[in-house]
Parts: sequence; C-alpha cells; structure tokens
Amino acid sequence: MISASVALARRALRVTLRRPQFLAPLLIFPTLLLAVNTGGLSQATSLPGFWEQYGVTAPYPSFFEFQLAAAMSQSLLLGGVATGIAVALELEMGFFDRLVAAPIPRASIVLGRLLAAGAIALVQLSWFVALSLIFGSGIADGIPGLIEVYLIGAIAGIGFAGIGVTLALRAGNASTVQSIFPLVFVVLFLSSAFFPPNLLTSPADVIAKWNPLSYIANGLRAPIIGASGTSNVLEGFAAAIGLALFFGLLATWSLRGRLQSK
Amino acid sequence: MAAIKASGLERTFKGGIKAVRGIDIEVAEGEIYGFLGPNGAGKTTTVRMLVTLLKPTGGTAVVAGFDVAREAAQVRRRIGVALQEAALDPLMTGRELIILQATLQGMSKAEGRERSAELLERVGLINASDRRVGGYSGGMKRRLDLAMALVHSPSVLFLDEPTTGLDPTSRFAIWDEVDRLRREGTTVFLTTQYLEEADQMADRVGIIADGLIVAEGTPEALKAESGAPHIEVVLDQGSSAEAAERSLAPLGEPIPAGEGHDVAIRLSDSSTGVADAVRLLDESGLSVAEIELVRPSLDDVFMEKTGRRLEGAATVADEQ
Repeated sequence: MISASVALARRALRVTLRRPQFLAPLLIFPTLLLAVNTGGLSQATSLPGFWEQYGVTAPYPSFFEFQLAAAMSQSLLLGGVATGIAVALELEMGFFDRLVAAPIPRASIVLGRLLAAGAIALVQLSWFVALSLIFGSGIADGIPGLIEVYLIGAIAGIGFAGIGVTLALRAGNASTVQSIFPLVFVVLFLSSAFFPPNLLTSPADVIAKWNPLSYIANGLRAPIIGASGTSNVLEGFAAAIGLALFFGLLATWSLRGRLQSK
Repeated sequence: MAAIKASGLERTFKGGIKAVRGIDIEVAEGEIYGFLGPNGAGKTTTVRMLVTLLKPTGGTAVVAGFDVAREAAQVRRRIGVALQEAALDPLMTGRELIILQATLQGMSKAEGRERSAELLERVGLINASDRRVGGYSGGMKRRLDLAMALVHSPSVLFLDEPTTGLDPTSRFAIWDEVDRLRREGTTVFLTTQYLEEADQMADRVGIIADGLIVAEGTPEALKAESGAPHIEVVLDQGSSAEAAERSLAPLGEPIPAGEGHDVAIRLSDSSTGVADAVRLLDESGLSVAEIELVRPSLDDVFMEKTGRRLEGAATVADEQ
C-alpha cells in the first residue's frame, strides 16, 4: 500500500511539474489578487477592531502580510480543482483503468494523488513565503511559524485535493470538475480569508463561522503576523486535518462506488 | 487446468442493456485464443470482466486459477493487460511508465530498471525510451503498452484489439511479439476485428455477436464446417458461362458467381484444385481470363452462424 502510494504520488508530482499550464494558474491568480487587494484595500487595517481578532498589538503587521494567508488559501483551493481535473483526465484517457487493473489496494490510487497534492502545496506555499520575504517582513514567528504554515497548508492542500478527486470520481469528466472553478471564489469570499470575521456582516459572518476555510486561513495567517500563540493555529490544524480526513475518505469511498457501479 | 474459464458470463448495464449474454469460454494454458467480432459485439466488455475491471452481473469466470469476482487481487497479480486504447500518460517517458508498472507489480526499483531495459529492447523502443510518450507514434505506443503488460511475466495476457489502426509494419511487429509469447508458453486472449489476424495468430477462435458466442474452434475447423472451397472463373469474351458450368460439373455444384465473375463452382472434393478446373475448361475449348480458388473465411463462418457479414470487420489486406 505504502510503496504503491509513494510511487503514484511521485508520478503525479512529476507529471504536474511537467505541465506548467496546470501549475502556473495556482500561483499567478492568487498573486494577482494579492497585488490588487494589497494595493486597493490596505486602508481596511484602519477599521476599528481589525487586528484585535488576531491578538496582535502595535506595531501592527502590514495588510500585505494579512492578505498572504488569503492568497495561500486561494492557491490551495485552486490546487484542489487542478488535482480533480488531472484525475478526471486520467479517467477520460483510460490511464485510470491501468491503475485499477494493477494488483495494488485501490485506496493507494487515491492516497498517491493526495500525497502528491500535499507536496505540490509545499511548492505553492513556498512561492508565497518567498513573496513575504521579498515584499514583506517574512514569517513573523520565524522557523517554528514557517513549519506551522507548511504543515497546515500541506494538510489543507490534501483536503482540497480530496474534494477535487471526489468530484472527478463522481463526475468522470474534466469539464464538470472545471465548472466548479467559480465556486472557489464563493467559498473564499464567504470565509474570513480576506477580512477578520468580526468585521463581516450577517449572513457572511455566520457562513464564515461554519466555513472550514476561515479556520485554515486564520491558522496560516497567525504565524505570518506573529500570532502563533493564539488558538488560531490549533483551530487551523483541526480544520485542515478534519477536511483532509473527511474528503480523503469520501474520495476513497467514491472510487469504491465508481468501481462497483460500473 | 484451464488458464481462463468462463461459464454463463453475463454483463447487463444500467438501463437493462445486455452487452454479454451468458458466454462460456475455456482457454487452455499456453493457448492463443482469438476473440473475433464486430464493434459492439461484447468483446471489450468480456475482456474487462476477465481482467477484473468490470464485475459480471451473472455467471462466473476463473482466470489463472482465481475467480474474477471474489479473488480479483489474485487475478490482477497473474495477468497482463493491454487495453483497446493504449492508455499511456503522454507526459511520461516509456522507461518511466515501465518502471512505474513494475513498482505497481511489487518489483523493486532495481528490478524495475533492469526489466524496463530488457523490455524496451525487446519491443524495439530502446532508442525512444527516454522520450515522452506524447511524441510516440501509434505503433510505438502499442508496443510500449505490450511491454508494460509483460513487465511481471504474466501467465495470462489479455490483448484488446492490439493492432487496430496500426500501419502494417507496426502490426507485424505486434504479431511477431505474440508469436514469441506463444513460443514462451504464455496464454494469450486476443480480441480482434481483423479476420486475418484471428486466422493467423489464434490456435482457437471464438466468434461473438450480440453478446453471444456463435462459433468456436480452430480456424481451420470452423472454415471446414462452413463448407468446401469454391472456384470462381472469369471467361474470355466469346466463351459461354453455361458451357463452362457444364464442363466444370464433375468438380461440384454451380453456385451464384461473385461480382465480376462468370462462373462459380462449389468443389465437392476440397482436394481438387485450380489445375483440374483449367484442364476441364481447356478440354472444352473455353478460354479463361482469370480463375481463383476461394477458401471459406471466418467471415463466411460468421455469415453462416448469424446470417450477416462481420460488419465493421476487416482483413489486414483491406486496410493496406
């Protein structure tokens, strides 16, 4: 199970890196939105109660540092869509049948894909960490904070990939998976990724409270803005792990269902 | 023990579509079994059930000693599969794909590397081994597909239309490889829509139509069952067809001549040849432009069993 999963993860990773048209949007779109938001909305930090939510005191971090977690979250969500499309394409071209016909546990096909998504998430996060070093003041909580960002991000990346794989296995075609792309933005804007939850109005604040992405974004944000000591990190870990477990199992179950229904 | 044994195998899809309607197949170890039928006859559905990609909805099938429904994992360890469309990742190289397949078969990295070099050499792809598969021709992809199916030296190999759409050179390369597998004692289940391929490659042939096996046996036996060969004659201008029929009467019964031919005689003795016919026509003073001995084909067998021609089927010569 492990060797098959690792082999499939390495293969998925290699293929993704050879397909720059898949990888580039995961970095370019969130970076553009980061630039637009940072340039146009930075006065938001002047709103009363903006930083209190995160338990940071003056001197406050910049809005760019605040928005980095939103960009990371968006990138990870897009990574989930890209993973789903990749799996759907394998279903369409028949490569998936080759894997299913191999003497390996079927769960390793899903696990391999999710492990690769976790590894790709590290690449995506590194891009934004590099931006934070170039345009900001880096990760405020240093190396431990960086490790927290990588761990929460990678686990969340696996969870988002689980959503993509589940959709691909249920739909069986890439166009359906691709059609959920706009939903990424809905999920993002209905979370506290872009604004502190206490500044959101109803019903957005209620939805954000139930949206796991809010906790993941806040968990990623805390180490960047020097708030690792708050409950945000633990909540971020919990949301990411919950998401990864739930959708990882759902994807495996979807594969089982797909093979049985054939 | 049979390498493949299916009894009453059925597959009904959603909506009640019966693709395979209770077929019995028995393939001996080391045998090459040709599974012939037109598009949509149920060939691929049968193969997909035998290789555990599709669950049968009725009947049983045992492959390499294991039940395809209850012991699918054991079956998968013992079989090699090259499906209809060579499903290869275009972004990977030939070598990477074979090594991946070896890993999935439980081989170590070193074993995988060694086996990949051996197989790439065997299928003539060693010079293209580090090129991405997206740049391979159809024939190269097919050969790579075959190499991947052979990576763990399976005892039973399933080839689903391995030469469809290939140029003659690539087709002959696959035939050579299947012939080599025959000599090595591998059981091969080969589906095809090419009459000539089934005729030349298979020890035995099963003909499927509308989800049922309509004929089974060695190609020679099937053709013999279908009837004796016949002679078709094109006469020179001025020679009478009636006179030709009369002169050829000692050889057999006249039958309707094919398009472009004047006379056709079904031979009562299959050992009779063209020479006898030419002699008889010459003795009657009839001049012949063209004469040919037509032996029954598997298409004739199909025609006899189903009342129609193998729609969509082709001979290699047709495609050339």
